[in-house]
Amino acid sequence: MKYLHLVWAGLFRKKARTVLTLLSVMVAFLLFGLLQSVNEAFSAGAEQAQADRLITNSRYSIIEMLPISYLPQIESVPGVKEVAFASWFGGSYQDRPAQFGVFPVQPERYLRAVPEIVLPPEQLERWRETRDGAIVGRSLAERYGWQVGDRVTLVADIWPQRDGNNDWNFEIAGIYASPDAEQNEGALLFQWDYFDEARQFGRGTVGWFIVQVEDPALAEDIAQSIDARFANSTSETKTQTEKAFAQGFARQFGDIGLIVTSILGAVFFTILVLTGNTMAQAVRERIPELAILKTLGFSDRAVLGLVVTEALVLILLGGLLGLALAAGALAALSSALAGFGVQGISASVVVTGVIVMLALGLAVGLPPAWRAMRLKVVDALGGHQ
Amino acid sequence: MNTLKQVAAVSLMNLRSIPQRWSTSLVIVVGIAGVVGVLTAILAMGEGFRATLGAAGKVDQAIVLRSGATSELTSGLGREAVDLIARSAGVARGADGEPIASAEILVIADLPKRGTGTLANAPIRGVQPGAFGLRPEVEIIEGRGFEPGPRELIVGRGAASQFEGLTVGARLAFRDADWTVVGIFSAGGGAHESELWGDAETVMSAYRRGGFQSVTVQLEDAAAIETFKAALADDPRLNVEAQTLRAYYSAQSRQMSMLINVLGYTIGYIMAIGALFGALNTMYAAVSTRAREIATLRALGFGGGAIVASVLLEALLLAVLGGVLGGGLAWLLFNGYTVSTLGANFSQVAFDFRVTGELLAQGIAWSLAIGFIGGLLPAWRAARQPVTTALRAL
Repeated sequence: MKYLHLVWAGLFRKKARTVLTLLSVMVAFLLFGLLQSVNEAFSAGAEQAQADRLITNSRYSIIEMLPISYLPQIESVPGVKEVAFASWFGGSYQDRPAQFGVFPVQPERYLRAVPEIVLPPEQLERWRETRDGAIVGRSLAERYGWQVGDRVTLVADIWPQRDGNNDWNFEIAGIYASPDAEQNEGALLFQWDYFDEARQFGRGTVGWFIVQVEDPALAEDIAQSIDARFANSTSETKTQTEKAFAQGFARQFGDIGLIVTSILGAVFFTILVLTGNTMAQAVRERIPELAILKTLGFSDRAVLGLVVTEALVLILLGGLLGLALAAGALAALSSALAGFGVQGISASVVVTGVIVMLALGLAVGLPPAWRAMRLKVVDALGGHQ
Repeated sequence: MNTLKQVAAVSLMNLRSIPQRWSTSLVIVVGIAGVVGVLTAILAMGEGFRATLGAAGKVDQAIVLRSGATSELTSGLGREAVDLIARSAGVARGADGEPIASAEILVIADLPKRGTGTLANAPIRGVQPGAFGLRPEVEIIEGRGFEPGPRELIVGRGAASQFEGLTVGARLAFRDADWTVVGIFSAGGGAHESELWGDAETVMSAYRRGGFQSVTVQLEDAAAIETFKAALADDPRLNVEAQTLRAYYSAQSRQMSMLINVLGYTIGYIMAIGALFGALNTMYAAVSTRAREIATLRALGFGGGAIVASVLLEALLLAVLGGVLGGGLAWLLFNGYTVSTLGANFSQVAFDFRVTGELLAQGIAWSLAIGFIGGLLPAWRAARQPVTTALRAL
């Protein structure tokens, strides 16, 4: 630490070069912060999934419906605590496909099975008593400026009303929060009773069941007993943990992780060449100075340490600035990105970033540092290096 | 003329000295290659997606869905409606006097994806015989066509490459019976290549459906779409909407290609800024190591303009080298590479990366822009340096 001023002086020996290198490192980590956050958002569904919840849907595909009569049968499977159900409504809002999930559910049942959703009791009461009542997530309500009591019209794409009309009107009866998993706040939930009664076809069917089990360790067994119960029926089921369901769904979009890793690979390779080159050049120019340090009594290892530290400081400084910039950019774009579930920079992105910085710093700093360490004072001062 | 000669002389001298300082020059080349490579690869993905959906987008054919439905999957049409639609005004008739139309059902089966083995949504289209007349680009490239009745399917080329085990003779167990894959088809690179096709009635009975989801018709000509739309709107028994296939598919690809473009250009601009700093670094280093040389030239009577031009020329040359390298790598690694994603019908759409000439040219343009800005400031400084201080330096 006492040599910090020496490191600093070495770094800013050529100001323009150091500042430019710093800026490119910063840009690299800005990109890292942004892409890694997007990547995390895509896998967030799986991360946030509750271990004690199962999803039961049709064995053949998610678009097939299941009869509501399965409900008591699933409830009677030993180890099952709560069962709720939901369907995909889809629909359009303001002339374009709704950028949020719309699900008909039974209020109490759903809130019991999905306890991370927090709704004030008086709003639950109001929702239950309003036939066309709906509740919306806080971040969704903020996005469209909705308030309790507002009316919202969705145009159905799958589910016309019995008279062929596509307009579904809802009164917002409540605004729920999901403090632990903010990405859950992007949905509109409305009463299944209203949905089932008013829709043109498909009455008595649901999209999927949400099954809460008593002991997460037994989840796999319970999933199998549920599927066994409906084997060879007209609507066979497939039950899996919420996590497996979310992962499978995310994978359908393609391998986002692979794309992000490829791009970042190209970026960091470029940075490696760039800063590696800068460091090598910096050491080359300073050979006489380093030799003088050694003459003054600095050990070989101290010189090695100085050069490596210089590289680390350069990368860490640029990298942390870049991550800070990424955090700022994500905050500024938060409303535009909310639809994708991007919620700002997370601690794990920062930690991974710092690890990458350290690795990059060592990769860039060690080769010239090694050269500086092996320097023979006489040769270096004599200009034979 | 004299200035040109000076520029040529100094530039040649600069370029000859590049091998001596190749490692700093490499920074420009690699930096720009990175930007151009990533930008080209991402945009090639969007280009491929658009091309796949665009290939199916004929203007003289129309697709009819239940009004309000945004895709085939969300639509539904009864048998009576299907007949009324096919017999509406504006629909072309074949040699036998029957309307050229195909009512189709689209369902989804969970099939394991190649590589990961995770289940993904595979679209299964049940078609009527008319479907092949409407889509002459559909061609069996292996095996044979399906027969109505037995549970037989033909598989699009894209689907065969994206899902596991879709080869001729394979048996697929879904919906309480085995289905046999009897053929592989191509469809001119269009979206249908991502689908599995079977006979409409067979698929319908297997999925216990009582109706269709869409009707595709051949119009008398492109202008007949208005007649057709009006005829559908006038019929009180129908609650449907028609649009040309081009309009339908371009609406389906709009959101995805916009997302890819925004992503590509955002990443491209950010990386370009990073590469710009790298280029500035390289050129400043190049100028500063040659400070004495440049000063000597100035003392000999070479003009400032010649110096600026020569430094710029060097930067541009290195930049173009990077641009060509990046574009070339993107082309080598990604051109024709097939991926798939979740499309508008909630099922997998397979498409190829397309590194087009236009994208490569755009990459070169970017590299020139970065090289120009990266070379300008250092060149300016080189030309402005007082001769005496520069000669005394070092």
